[in-house]
Amino acid sequence: MTTGQQIPVAEGLFTWPSDEPRLIGAQCVRCGLVVFPAGTDTAACQRCGGTEVSEKLLSDRGTLWTFTTQNFRPPGPPYDGADTAETFQPYAVGYVELPGEVMIEARLTEPDPARLAIGQQMRLAIVPYSVRPDGTEILTFAFTPQAAAAREA
Amino acid sequence: MEAVIIGVGLHPFGRFPGKSAMDMAASAVRAALADAGVAWPQVQAGYVGSLEVANPDAIVGRLGLTGVPLRGVFNGCATAGTALAMAARVIETGEHDLTIAIGMDKHPRGAFAADPSVAGLPAWYGQTGLFLTTHFFGMKINRYMHDHGITERTLARVAAKNFRNACGNDRAWRRTPLSVEEILASPVLNYPLRQYMYCGPDEGAGAVVLCRADQAHRYGGRPVRLRGCALRSRRIGAFEVQSPSLPVSEHAPSPTVDASREAYEIAGIGPQDVAVAQLQDTDAGSEIIHLAENGLCKDGEQERMIADGETEIGGRLPVNTDGGLIGNGEPIGASGLRQIHELVLQLRGAAGARQVPGSPAVGYAHLYGAPGVSAVTILSR
Repeated sequence: MTTGQQIPVAEGLFTWPSDEPRLIGAQCVRCGLVVFPAGTDTAACQRCGGTEVSEKLLSDRGTLWTFTTQNFRPPGPPYDGADTAETFQPYAVGYVELPGEVMIEARLTEPDPARLAIGQQMRLAIVPYSVRPDGTEILTFAFTPQAAAAREA
Repeated sequence: MEAVIIGVGLHPFGRFPGKSAMDMAASAVRAALADAGVAWPQVQAGYVGSLEVANPDAIVGRLGLTGVPLRGVFNGCATAGTALAMAARVIETGEHDLTIAIGMDKHPRGAFAADPSVAGLPAWYGQTGLFLTTHFFGMKINRYMHDHGITERTLARVAAKNFRNACGNDRAWRRTPLSVEEILASPVLNYPLRQYMYCGPDEGAGAVVLCRADQAHRYGGRPVRLRGCALRSRRIGAFEVQSPSLPVSEHAPSPTVDASREAYEIAGIGPQDVAVAQLQDTDAGSEIIHLAENGLCKDGEQERMIADGETEIGGRLPVNTDGGLIGNGEPIGASGLRQIHELVLQLRGAAGARQVPGSPAVGYAHLYGAPGVSAVTILSR
């Protein structure tokens, strides 16, 4: 049974709801460094120490810089997937380089390392990773190999 | 004034149900004091580190209430590097003549399960299953293998070596030899890293007694010189653990590289002089990467070096002769003092069955961990 409701895991991570969602980063007004997530009001720029940032919607495409997999259920809390050690499905994690912007650490929608390759083209996807008892799905950001994205479209 | 090490003590690493971290540390301190030939009331200052014990300085209750200034220190997996460096520093400045570094821990089984806020990270990072340091190790070695032609078999060879070395160490935790094939048959935890390529959190304690070099003759035993200590945190552009994003516009080496260069410079010793090394082997891939990051080989050379047995006891550059983290596990506060304990035994020629032949003169210890911090210590006879 599902209510069909979907909510983001946190506010301010990505534009939602949206047909073309984007991650919400921040750019230092002084030196131009791009970071994700946009961060807290107290964070200073890691490069120049500047405290003034502007919001920057990040590119939804990039290349896979590296990846690994998570083959056992992470300790929870903090992990709050609705699965158990028995029902847990492995997932992949990687860094995706958004050209000229920033590298993002994210879940990958393809869990099989044999189907992932460094340098591969990737595209942003917003995906459910957990579900509440009332059926509400919790959404997070992930990247999907672009060939696969094209197939699904 | 130079500081020298005159005593080392180690409580075995492993699982000790019913025994507290502090009891293990008290036993390590007594062993170090006995090794140095000094009594607790002679200790003028100390530094003590632990992740799990909130007040490790309460150990004075088990050792003697002498009023000694005992300061708590913490730098994650590099904690013991800090405890040792500070204990040496107050001798170098002339403030004290005889000091101690202590480390202890007792971790629950399994992967560390902290709230991301302890590392200044947002809650969603933990909720969605990204807050695992093991992801970083898997991702770093995956990229390294891609760039430098390191194979999975080399990862397994490193783990097999460390289990084999642990078999010769009665204080080690994992003393069952495992073949390369058995390691390659164990389940993948974080691609390309498998179960038997990882160290696990466990329990244990260590202690190191130091004194002014010009007073070492008063105490028993052969002093080992502390030639250089350095600790560095990550710079912007380094590929680092627990980073939701990283810049694309600039690149910096790991803090290991920075700490290593600084320690070599302070010591006036180069990588070619290192006769035995203890490198942070949180996983087999880390040992491979850390060989290059500490200047002990070029990127990619490890594939041949390890196949040729150069990092074995008896090889050109023995690494993790006591089994390293893979063979001993990692009680975070104590792990670096285990490394120092092993190097001191090796430099004294007292390492028994696992003694590096040829009277090694220079020992090198390296720690690395979250949130991107590395400590390097160089010792010599």
